[in-house]
Amino acid sequence: MTQRRFGRRDALRLGGTSALGAFLAACGVAGKGKPEASVAPDAVQKFWSGKVKNGKVDFANWPLYMDPKKPELKKFTAKTGIQVNYQEVIQEMGPWFAKVQPQLSAGQSIGFDLMVITNSLQFGQFRNSGFLAPLDHSKLPTYTANAAKKYSQESFDPGNVFSIPWASGITGIAYDPKKTGREITKLADLWDPAFKGKVGMFADTQELANFGLLAAGLKPGDSGEGEWKRAAAKLKEQKDAGLVRNYYDQSYVDALGKGEVWLTQAWSGDIFQKNVSDGTNFKFVIPEEGGTIWTDNFAIPVTAANPVDAIMLMDFFYEVENAASLAEYINYVCPVPAAQAQITKDAAAASGEDKALLTEVAGSPLVFPGDADYAKLHYYVDFDTAEEQQTFAGIFEPITLS
Amino acid sequence: MNRVKRTLAPYLLVLPGGLWLLLFFVVPMVTMFSLSLQQGDIVNGYVFTGHWQTYVDAITNYQTQLIRSLVYGLITTVALVVMSFPVAYWIAFYGGKRKSTYLFLILLPFFVSFVLRTISWRQILTDDGMLLHPLKEAGLLSPGFHILGTSYAVIFGLVYNFLPFMVLPIYVALERIDPRVVEAARDLYAKPLTVFRKVVFPLALPGVFAGVLMTFVPASSDYVNSGVLGSSSTTMIGQVVQAQALANSNYPMASALSFFLMAVLLTGVFSYARVLGTEDVMNAAAR
Repeated sequence: MTQRRFGRRDALRLGGTSALGAFLAACGVAGKGKPEASVAPDAVQKFWSGKVKNGKVDFANWPLYMDPKKPELKKFTAKTGIQVNYQEVIQEMGPWFAKVQPQLSAGQSIGFDLMVITNSLQFGQFRNSGFLAPLDHSKLPTYTANAAKKYSQESFDPGNVFSIPWASGITGIAYDPKKTGREITKLADLWDPAFKGKVGMFADTQELANFGLLAAGLKPGDSGEGEWKRAAAKLKEQKDAGLVRNYYDQSYVDALGKGEVWLTQAWSGDIFQKNVSDGTNFKFVIPEEGGTIWTDNFAIPVTAANPVDAIMLMDFFYEVENAASLAEYINYVCPVPAAQAQITKDAAAASGEDKALLTEVAGSPLVFPGDADYAKLHYYVDFDTAEEQQTFAGIFEPITLS
Repeated sequence: MNRVKRTLAPYLLVLPGGLWLLLFFVVPMVTMFSLSLQQGDIVNGYVFTGHWQTYVDAITNYQTQLIRSLVYGLITTVALVVMSFPVAYWIAFYGGKRKSTYLFLILLPFFVSFVLRTISWRQILTDDGMLLHPLKEAGLLSPGFHILGTSYAVIFGLVYNFLPFMVLPIYVALERIDPRVVEAARDLYAKPLTVFRKVVFPLALPGVFAGVLMTFVPASSDYVNSGVLGSSSTTMIGQVVQAQALANSNYPMASALSFFLMAVLLTGVFSYARVLGTEDVMNAAAR
């Protein structure tokens, strides 16, 4: 017998294989949210009708984004009777989205009524999946009265349909003048062979791409695939020349402190805080060719159990005094212009070191940028489709992961 | 009745563990395998299309990181065998009453979290840190010299973090060697080296085998050490998987890479078992 007969075992095996195939096809990840639900004309009314104040709110934020003693939250509880459970659980946008996405797409609570999310790729993913509650602006009177008008025109959420800012920040260059031996003023310095192996860049593909684009004389806001490739080539050149020591997350502050890098891509508030807390004397500059501005935003997940309490807390942070006290601590760009006068007033009332510090905060272009500063700041790359995002990631990722 | 009981008993005994494996190992594995063949995006959902191309892309795009991971894993494992054998030997044969104290000392650092320990090394090895700063001040090293961000730092971290997983199994194997066997070899005029080569080492092999299993696999797929101590030129495949899964939400690519890595590691482990003459891998590991 040269040919094997088709026996019972084979039949079983074949049956098993096709059953496995069917099984494989049946399981997987459902990514689908309900985007149409939140953009419908009656979405706001539909979401908010019947919702009442419950006396508590669970708030997810990034670390180091509020005075650890939380004076603002205590004040809020005293005023409204609402207890705030404040958790510093967000470290990076990608992992945060990956963590809450399964619950949100299943329509379950993520355990938080309020979260602070950056205008990143993930903001688009949250919005497009219909995971964000549409905001009822009639519940945000203080915001309407006090927020700088330009925040309602941000391209990632025009008209603040789903979000209002917590704080903004600038991505620029931080450096240690003792090591560089000269002033750093422009992006080209990040490409200067004199600093071989001493340059830090961000691992976040968007942050990295922004600087590549600006260094190549392009604008992130209206860039496409062609521009991205040119920017990637520019960044590759920097990497191949051995200039870049590493691509960092928030740990760049530490690397700068330890002399691992002399100059690095940096976020504005961090350097200010580092100098104050560790007595260092690092400098932060917005490069001549331009820097970028980003915004971290309050948003309410659609599955929030206490959305009314959450939106009350959002509005509370737009009272001038509260916005001022927050900015005094975190030193990031404050979305309430009137807070500047308030901080100046607080400075006048303070004495000694506190006075000097508050005066510096009030006058700092990093907390209250002027028109000239804004002119140098660019918004992030915009994506229309998920495919575009993947293309973008595919172009810049080989630089950081190689 | 009795016979029924006797036939059923083994199955009943395996049931709790079996169910556990089915629920928390087989189901996630199948889900992940399915995901690796799906297409789509996180917003619109992934659909099963039997898209094998993801595997081809994964291997062609990330072969550098795959090879690097295996090489790092291999170097780490060899370094661990070389370092651990004498330690385990000394504890097993010369440890006396204090054996358990010595073993406890080896394990002591492990009461601190893996990530924290690795970050501590970062503090020690950093450019202007406590190790390099004095040497640079004394002019023994050039100001540009650094360890952090190099392959050395990553492999060092791997060796440090996986040391007990090699020492303990080798120790267990050596501990089980009957001293009378060694004595008998000496009685038959074997020189110390011959005793080691012909008696002690072959008897310790199952321990070495278990140690290699327990270090090579996790070391090759580790992503913490190269993330914390390395740089963009030491990226390991675990980091790529992490970036694909968490930063990009590209779940098919992350799953395909994980599956491929698993296949490569299993092939490696089984061929290693073959070479060693240990047909039954699990048996050797359990001995």
